Amino acid sequence: MALMCHWKDNIFTKIKSKSSGWRFQGKVSSARLPSWGALFMMRSMEEIIQLLQKNALMPRDEMARLLNKSKDEVEAAIAALEADGVILGYQPVLNREKWGTNTVTAVIEVKITPERDGGFDRIASRIAKFEEVKSCYLVSGGYDLLIVVEAPNLRAAASFVAEKLSTIDAVQSTATHFRLKTYKENGTFHHFEAASERLAVTP
Amino acid sequence: MSIPIADHIREIPRSGIRDFFEIVQSMEDVVSLGIGEPDFATPWHIREAAIFALERGRTGYTSNLGLPRLRRSISTYVKEHFGIRYEPLSEVLVTVGVSEAIDLALRAILNPGDGVLYHEPCYVSYAPTIVMARGEPQVIQTRDEDAFALRASDLEKAIRPNTRALMLNFPTNPTGATMSPEEMEKIAAVCVKHNLVVLSDEIYSELTFDGGTHTSIVTFPGMKERTVFLHGLSKAFAMTGWRMGFACAPAPLIEAMMKIHQYSILCASIMGQDAAIEALEHGETSVAAMRAEYQMRRNYIVSSLNEMGLDCRSPRGSFYVFPKITSTGLSSREFSMGLLNSKMVAVVPGTAFGKCGEGHVRCSFATGLEQIKVAMTRMAEYCSELRSA
Repeated sequence: MALMCHWKDNIFTKIKSKSSGWRFQGKVSSARLPSWGALFMMRSMEEIIQLLQKNALMPRDEMARLLNKSKDEVEAAIAALEADGVILGYQPVLNREKWGTNTVTAVIEVKITPERDGGFDRIASRIAKFEEVKSCYLVSGGYDLLIVVEAPNLRAAASFVAEKLSTIDAVQSTATHFRLKTYKENGTFHHFEAASERLAVTP
Repeated sequence: MSIPIADHIREIPRSGIRDFFEIVQSMEDVVSLGIGEPDFATPWHIREAAIFALERGRTGYTSNLGLPRLRRSISTYVKEHFGIRYEPLSEVLVTVGVSEAIDLALRAILNPGDGVLYHEPCYVSYAPTIVMARGEPQVIQTRDEDAFALRASDLEKAIRPNTRALMLNFPTNPTGATMSPEEMEKIAAVCVKHNLVVLSDEIYSELTFDGGTHTSIVTFPGMKERTVFLHGLSKAFAMTGWRMGFACAPAPLIEAMMKIHQYSILCASIMGQDAAIEALEHGETSVAAMRAEYQMRRNYIVSSLNEMGLDCRSPRGSFYVFPKITSTGLSSREFSMGLLNSKMVAVVPGTAFGKCGEGHVRCSFATGLEQIKVAMTRMAEYCSELRSA
């Protein structure tokens, strides 16, 4: 909760200080509004993306049946989304208590000094390129980058922070938080609610 | 000595769905498409609001009419979604599910022997509720060729000298029937002409698909003063177990219904009412997400049923499909029993919802996609076995 308030307090200053990389559009000109056909396409693209986010492996003919479309249409739409770089990849959601149990995951808050020319982008991409860094976000609030690091063990994680991350000139400070347990990841629960028992036939 | 049971109660037949339920209950590993409630748990933000209310110690009685804040939320919700404005403090009554609201409305308006029209196939409790209110159930059979919508001419023909009221339920359980605004306007005109009171059960209204809009009969000229608008949170908000319903009607009728409610129920549970406030005020996104999910399942089930040779219309509302099974040469009950015994899939015979449901079965798609897929595979096997036999 405290974090939320903090975030709200700081968002405006952050937007200001990072404005070099941000673009705002005040209003959409009518000439650039998409046509009805395009809107319809966007809607079905959205539905397809939602299904993929729930289960990227869902058979395409099943997807077609759910959306009242043909399998070819669904396949073409997915191919287009991949070609346009809207979909960047697909990954399994792993249960870390069953696989890779020794792997250490840490969330690291990083404060950096932005550069005159590149702002945050150049430093961020430099950090993101490390194999250990699984995710890297620019955030508002008390620090600048939030990175998620995975390492085979605690020693490796510590040495990444001490030797690689902290030694970058622009990095002012880091605060490392190790993951203890996962409850939910990318929308998938790791500990499930008991299913409620419904009656088999109801009016 | 056996305790005598009142004549009018003894004469009410057991629900056909109940018989079927007991058979299903005695079997294991049945995939059921017989369930008339959402498979979703109530959205978390609604459950969380109820927990918060409990933590604050909100556990007492409420006003007989329901929490004033809830009645204001209902009034705003009905205005925004149905386009009719009801005075929150005098024209809204919070009830224990829509079922109670229907019972109250019937008991408040009927004198013994008054006739009440209702359209079949329909929810199993309409006729018994009329009987329990000492009224005379008067059935109108709807037709497969009309997609089970109500024809104004059929309504007019069914009106008798003692007919006082008409009960409507669109979108309909079990057929998924909906009414276009034009058809509904004709029904409204007949009601005005014959001075009928209308009880409109609109519990499935949010579950209108394909971007369509639901039109309530209350919105037509001369209807608001003669209509009891009945709605609840069970279906769209996945809140069946909370038992939250409400009635909106002219103040004198709400007052009469409140009298019965006050002496028999007192008030709906405060936990449910607190949850309902959260649902009505902030539930829009959850409802839209569930509707999108239902629509996809509907597409799946409709195309599967048609592919296996069962003629099935794609319903524009509710979470039921009502495929025709006459091509198999079986009756609704034979088909359902055979499917249950040989393939362990439960669907409800159409006749459980009225005589004109013969030749159909009701399949609910308020069941997870995985179960629907298994059910469709087994049903397809069953149909092809019937055909080759």
